Amino acid sequence: MRGFGARGLRDWLPPAALFVLGLVAWQQAVNVFDIQRFLLPRPTDIWSAWRGQWGALWSAGWYTFQEALWGFVAGCGAGIAVALALARWRPLGTALMPYAIAANAIPIIAFAPIANAWFGIEQGSKIAIAAVLCFFPVLINVLRGLTSVRPSSIELMRSYAAGDFAVFRKVRLPNALPYLFSALKVASVLAMIGAIVGEYFGGDQRQLGIQIKNSAALFNFETAWAAIIVACILGIAFYLAVSLAERLAMRTYPARGAQG
Amino acid sequence: MNEHAAAAVHISGVSKVFGKGGTHALDDIDLELQPGEFVSLIGPSGCGKSTLLRVIGDLIEPSAGEVKIGGKTAHQARLDRDYGMVFQDPVLYDWRTVARNIGLPLEMMGWDRRRRDERVAEMLGLVELGGFERHHPWQLSGGMQQRVAIARALSFEPGLLLMDEPFGALDEMTRERMNMELLRIWGASGSTVVFVTHSIAEAVFLSTRVVVMSPRPGRVAGIVTVDVPYPRVFETREDARFFELVTAVRELLRGAPAASAGVEA
Repeated sequence: MRGFGARGLRDWLPPAALFVLGLVAWQQAVNVFDIQRFLLPRPTDIWSAWRGQWGALWSAGWYTFQEALWGFVAGCGAGIAVALALARWRPLGTALMPYAIAANAIPIIAFAPIANAWFGIEQGSKIAIAAVLCFFPVLINVLRGLTSVRPSSIELMRSYAAGDFAVFRKVRLPNALPYLFSALKVASVLAMIGAIVGEYFGGDQRQLGIQIKNSAALFNFETAWAAIIVACILGIAFYLAVSLAERLAMRTYPARGAQG
Repeated sequence: MNEHAAAAVHISGVSKVFGKGGTHALDDIDLELQPGEFVSLIGPSGCGKSTLLRVIGDLIEPSAGEVKIGGKTAHQARLDRDYGMVFQDPVLYDWRTVARNIGLPLEMMGWDRRRRDERVAEMLGLVELGGFERHHPWQLSGGMQQRVAIARALSFEPGLLLMDEPFGALDEMTRERMNMELLRIWGASGSTVVFVTHSIAEAVFLSTRVVVMSPRPGRVAGIVTVDVPYPRVFETREDARFFELVTAVRELLRGAPAASAGVEA
């Protein structure tokens, strides 16, 4: 119910002011302390690199964003599907959960070079890495949401002679929704990281990760920074899009923190 | 079986043991409720009163004995939705509005939207929550939430209402007000009520009969018939007869022999 009135402005003004202040301080610090440009370029120099290569940066960003998006869709889709299956057949879940948690601890990004061999050095391997990164948090959270239903909720449904499917549709699924969305927000960030880091291990020249790597290698630090900022903007936009979907889907739920 | 067909609830020889050689929650319980009665089950924690309520509702299977509801098996009665249940925790679904929470059983029974809306409006009036239909449970006070749960349990007009310490989490003042409301609703609906509580005053104030249970194993220690006429009002609690009956229940709970007036062992 947050409006855009005086209250909204008061919420937004301090971070916006801090942002501008930070940029000014950065610019002055580089000038005053004579910081080398490979350590930290001036914001104004990054800005001109950004303006000069606007088209190339955004087309690279879009290329990478697509990888992240498809990885997100595949990883979250698989996570939800497996969570549903494990919630339905509990013994299966109990047998598989330790392995799922152990697998979650594997540094998946270390598999990036191998993923290139398995899924192709083009977008396939990047999508695969993003998907695997998204899979586990979604699986674990959705499963928890589906199974952490109060016993009295189930008793109430049974007193109406409700079958398993009705309990699932009317209780378990809505109960899992907040868990699903917090996992999706985490996954949206992981998908971008997975795609970009995966790109460091080779592939098409249009990729954002390759742009960052190559620009830095060519002492073109302003462009590397500009490419990182493009990655940030896309990552934040992805996160905000998922948050917006959450707000729309959860209009009828108690505000976060108030949930008992 | 036919001689019990008229009984609202007929319990004979019901025992319940949890686990193999585990807790003996209920031991050979016999009890019969006539239609329209308001019977409280009272006893200390662990006396099996909530278990007995769940056995009546076919939510827990007894180890021995049988329960008949209006002549049917408890299982058939559950499938036929012959009873409504109210828990201590109101068990409202946060994502549903008050109206849609009340309409949940009707939804399960396949009522169409228009009939549902009409009944829900009627129920909101009965529990005096008109105007709150579009609110969500988390926007209501504890007492209001419990009134929504009662409206939901009564929405499909079951002949039997099973209540498991419904006002246990409310403060004393709200609780007394809710007791008055419950009596009014009971009078209007004509249902039979089985009411689990651990408040002696509440049990005596509400009930036609109070079933006193003792723990480990859960047994019926005695039954107190409350011969205070309805309608019971606020002043009933200050009535001499009310005090006598409260004392009778208290003595039964302490394990004293059933000596007081109105007590059958």
